[in-house]
Amino acid sequence: MQFLGFLVNGISLGSVYAIIALGYTMVYGIAKMLNFAHGDVIMVGGYVISTCMTSMGMNPLLSVLVGMVACTILGITVERVAYKPLREAPSLAVLITAIGVSYLLQNAALLIFGSATKSFNSVVGVKPITLFDGALTITGEALVTIVVGVVVMIGLTLFVNRTKMGHAMLAVSEDKGAAQLMGIDVNATISLTFAIGSGLAAVAGALLCSSYPSLSPTTGAMPGIKAFVAAVFGGIGSIPGAMLGGILLGIIENLSKAYISTQLSDAIVFGVLIVVLLVKPTGLLGKKISEKV
Amino acid sequence: MKNMKVFANWKKLDKNFREKTVNYGIVLVAFLVIQILSATGSLKNSISGQLVPICTYVVMAISLNLVVGFLGELSLGHAGFMSLGAFSGTLFWVLNCETLPRPVALIAAFLIGGVVAGIFGFIIGIPVLRLRGDYLAIVTLAFGEIIKTVLNALYLGLDSNGFHLSMKDTMSLGMEADGKVLINGAIGITGISKASSFVIGIVLVLITLFVVMNLVDSRAGRAIKSIRDNRIAAESIGIPITKYKMMAFITSAVLAGMAGVLYALNYSTLVAKKFDYNTSILVLVFVVLGGMGNIRGSIIAATVLTILPELLRSVADYRMLVYAILLIAMMIFTQSPKAIAWRAVMVEKIKARRPGKGKMKQGEEG
Repeated sequence: MQFLGFLVNGISLGSVYAIIALGYTMVYGIAKMLNFAHGDVIMVGGYVISTCMTSMGMNPLLSVLVGMVACTILGITVERVAYKPLREAPSLAVLITAIGVSYLLQNAALLIFGSATKSFNSVVGVKPITLFDGALTITGEALVTIVVGVVVMIGLTLFVNRTKMGHAMLAVSEDKGAAQLMGIDVNATISLTFAIGSGLAAVAGALLCSSYPSLSPTTGAMPGIKAFVAAVFGGIGSIPGAMLGGILLGIIENLSKAYISTQLSDAIVFGVLIVVLLVKPTGLLGKKISEKV
Repeated sequence: MKNMKVFANWKKLDKNFREKTVNYGIVLVAFLVIQILSATGSLKNSISGQLVPICTYVVMAISLNLVVGFLGELSLGHAGFMSLGAFSGTLFWVLNCETLPRPVALIAAFLIGGVVAGIFGFIIGIPVLRLRGDYLAIVTLAFGEIIKTVLNALYLGLDSNGFHLSMKDTMSLGMEADGKVLINGAIGITGISKASSFVIGIVLVLITLFVVMNLVDSRAGRAIKSIRDNRIAAESIGIPITKYKMMAFITSAVLAGMAGVLYALNYSTLVAKKFDYNTSILVLVFVVLGGMGNIRGSIIAATVLTILPELLRSVADYRMLVYAILLIAMMIFTQSPKAIAWRAVMVEKIKARRPGKGKMKQGEEG
């Protein structure tokens, strides 16, 4: 029964990773860049939501909405200012720029909100449920996180496969030049991808900070990196892959925390990444792309 | 007149030789200036405390430049090698600094730090160097975090029965009463007898310069640079990619390990947390701002960016913010196609204002 409890918490944490990983995977698929700053957008979302709720006394749901809008604007701005000029540049330059943006967001938050860890009021109002005569308690946060995760995945899959804009995203990720010739606005599509990814990051921030109620300028860094591990694990560029990778990684992390060592759980998570890249570099659901000279 | 002659001969010398001589010269002149200043007592305390860290960061920046600038791969786990070197070297030093003669123990500590980091560089290099670009960056980051996490949870003790190792706590080491805890988990190694000095730091910087500049200027170095410029072309003319990548990676790891020893022996305690992702990024900032593939730039950037925050204590809070903005601006300015085109236009305009010189330059290029 205890095992089941760890498993449910693992799936809940995994759903957060999955939502973050979706942002990574979509941006990677379309812009072919690793957006290092994605984790820090989560942190910005957390701060915006927290400020809305505590300082302005807003309704939790409304606060999450404001957080999403703020992160979407932030995501689009970052893409326009920092990444767009470098679209044709070597990938090393783009990667270093992304690290710079990540650092910029962290240090800006440090100056604005201070380095002290803030407590975060949960945005979830659902009561915990008890199963098997009290042997297993599932918190409302875990429940809501899992539900939101499933909804986001279904919604995003439908959006990409059924709508015109979704098809445009697929086309741009396949071949930017050809997509442009077909009359697709490549710049708008890339902006849309960053917007969706950043909006989801705000949702992930709300869920993460509700389950682990603390907030500091580096809150987003570790989950961001782990979500990237999840995206690689599931196969980068693949939306179901990000979901699967995220949930598996959450389960691995929580079980190793419970049964092996709390301190070493991070090392185990990163060990998974290294094993995956050695055994199956394309990830669980990734497609193999042969290199053209 | 005589000066002119020396200058003329200087110009005739091989370009690489001139580059190297200037680099050594900068370090030696800096060393002499600092020695004179400290002898006359006009050196501020805040600066003299930074001398060993400056040497450490210069060595770190030059060694990372070998991987980022010359090999063209982004390593985000450089602090991990520094950490491995620091812990192994310091462990040896703590055990032997009283039994062996001090200079012997010190040299051995540096060698052990370098060798241990180099061995791990090899082990880590096997999986890492099969990858490229973003994947390589993230895996080196992962290794850096793994090293930090494991060292942070490591307990090592010594008693009459030999060494005891544990990943839990000091109690589970199961030592005899006479046992001594050497590495105490998150508290790290304590009670280190300080041994680093500015002279040792400068010697290490000179060794690093010698190794890296000669490697870069050798046949192997040209192979490494060819991998950066065009991997597929290099592979197709028969350059063993993995071998040369490994060579650059291990050299860089060994030097980082030695820098770690230098850094650790400057303080009385050593904790694994110091060598985290932020340290790796800090060194990366030095390399990028100094210029990727430019050794002199690394030296200057590491020195200036370590001293500046000390001098400008009042605005120290903004330091990392400014670094971040500089990093982004630098990349956009030097790498974006539009910025490069704009720069070319500006250069043309300046040339047009000075017709004589401009024409000559153009003629040379044509």
